Amino acid sequence: MTVRVAIVGTGNIGTDLLAKVHRNPVLELVGVAGIDPDSDGIRRARDLGYHATSDGLDGLLREFGDIAAVFDATSARAHRAHGEALVAAGVRSIDLTPAALGPAVVPSVNLGDHADAVDVSLITCGGQATIPIVAAVARETPVEYAEIVATIASLSAGPGTRQNIDEFTRATARGIERVGGAARGKAIIVLNPAEPPILMRNTVYVRAPGLDAGKVSESIAAMVADVQCYVPGYRLRSAPLIDGDQVTVLIEVEGAGDHLPPYAGNLDIMTSAAIRVAEGMDVPTSNDTAEVAR
Amino acid sequence: MTAIRVVDSTLRDGSHAVSHQFTPEQVAAVATQLDRAGVYAIEVGHGDGLGGSSIQYGEAPHDDLAKVAAAAAVIERARLAVLLLPGVGTKDDLRAARDAGAQLVRVATHCTEADIAEQHIALARELGMEVFGFLMMAHMAEPTELARQAAIMEAAGAQAVYCTDSAGALTMDGARARVATMRQRLDAATELGIHAHNNLSLAVANTVAAIDEGVTIVDGCLTGLGAGAGNCQTEVMVAVLDKLGHSTGVDLWGVQDAADQVVVPLQHRPQVIDGLGVTMGYAGVYSSFMLHARRAAERFGLDPRDVLVELGRRSVVGGQEDMIIDVAVELARTGGEGMASIAGSMR
Repeated sequence: MTVRVAIVGTGNIGTDLLAKVHRNPVLELVGVAGIDPDSDGIRRARDLGYHATSDGLDGLLREFGDIAAVFDATSARAHRAHGEALVAAGVRSIDLTPAALGPAVVPSVNLGDHADAVDVSLITCGGQATIPIVAAVARETPVEYAEIVATIASLSAGPGTRQNIDEFTRATARGIERVGGAARGKAIIVLNPAEPPILMRNTVYVRAPGLDAGKVSESIAAMVADVQCYVPGYRLRSAPLIDGDQVTVLIEVEGAGDHLPPYAGNLDIMTSAAIRVAEGMDVPTSNDTAEVAR
Repeated sequence: MTAIRVVDSTLRDGSHAVSHQFTPEQVAAVATQLDRAGVYAIEVGHGDGLGGSSIQYGEAPHDDLAKVAAAAAVIERARLAVLLLPGVGTKDDLRAARDAGAQLVRVATHCTEADIAEQHIALARELGMEVFGFLMMAHMAEPTELARQAAIMEAAGAQAVYCTDSAGALTMDGARARVATMRQRLDAATELGIHAHNNLSLAVANTVAAIDEGVTIVDGCLTGLGAGAGNCQTEVMVAVLDKLGHSTGVDLWGVQDAADQVVVPLQHRPQVIDGLGVTMGYAGVYSSFMLHARRAAERFGLDPRDVLVELGRRSVVGGQEDMIIDVAVELARTGGEGMASIAGSMR
């Protein structure tokens, strides 16, 4: 049993998804939609033998029937329009923009909770990398405040990211609260142009009064292992630093090197999370079954 | 000679030196003096700009809006300015600051990332604010690249663009070349600014060199209060510019009194160039890292200069204060093995 999916958006994220869906045994790629007939993404899709349209989502829905889910890799603004059209067409959205129309999902934290949602938001790359850590602390001790700093290589931030900086910080902060379980969340993003490009780095600061250092460290280690199941390049730079009520966790994310080189862990963690959500769709009840399907 | 506008940032960049602890009452006291002395603009807020209060950059006990409002209540002549770093603060923060009384915003990015500020610059213009672009860590971009980035900010609506020497790493030739190239590239109606740090004791000299190449807006802080070894010292700069025949409209005795009588008592430590400050300018490290590096070095039993040099070697940019912990953890673990020597790290 395979899940029929399509990709809207042919920028960095859409093109990286293309590579991942292409080799995925559970997902069947029906088509790819962009808006620029000359884009690299459209060309790559055709080179791999897929249908590709430059008429955007409308073109995709007109030309192809029976799509279970669409990966939306456009922009927050575009997804607000796409969301409605997809609902009308009875197609589920896996939203990789920061539009945040549907419930937010971080696979290692709450994949099973929204298996039936018509629109699932993947929040942001920074959210996918850091919310698991916040949740790992929150499942041990109430988290009063969590703050994350995501630093990505300039080269890995395409125009979509650059024009959506505020959406990134807002959506990530909300995800830290709603999915991570922090009473209050804050997010900061920094672009670093160093050559050679740096790996995606994230720092998570969590304030949890009364935390038990041993239990929190164990919970974080278990969570890191869960994320590594779908993002193998996800790792801690050191053991969690615990100082009184505050935990500091330093993370780096090395990508699989599909579309952009491995430094772009930010791209990889987003698309890998999206693939994980799509894989779960033919078995909507639990993520255990999804693991078998993998 | 040239008419020069002075922007005083004691209450914004200066707040790094007091770990962002200024109270609205202190803000009002300093702003009152600066306003009377005749500076063009008074910048207020967390050292890392709107929304900067954080574990990453230091938590401020009073929020930016309270400080902006406190300044707005006492300022009669000067423009009230705020700083916004896209990625830290948002357009919503800017709207709120405008509503609290801010009239001028400096929108800041790393010197090669101007395009992340386009929306914020455009919004500021829509709100009727004066907008300056602030290209930080300017020593990390060659003159032509810096000018190209300045043009992006200009196209987005910035009325002036700054060469911001956040690391206090530029020497006069470097400041001169950058400003001259920006001047050639930008429209004649777009003004240029310089924001200098004193890590190498060149803040006033670089400011003068930049004016020679076309800068008309200059930044200073009373007593030099600021990140790293401090900023260009307002009262010294005003005296020097006066001697050189530039008109700033600032009353020299007024800024001196404000510095000596109002700001000195607020200092947590004397604003001097110590070894750590020199190292920041020498290694090209973001000045705001100084107190964070000192704390991290203490925690992990290291020489803070080793931490700074390693940060410089890794081309860490402004805002990456978390890298200080990362580097300190690694230095503590490896004992510095595999790390560059000081000499080897200098470009």
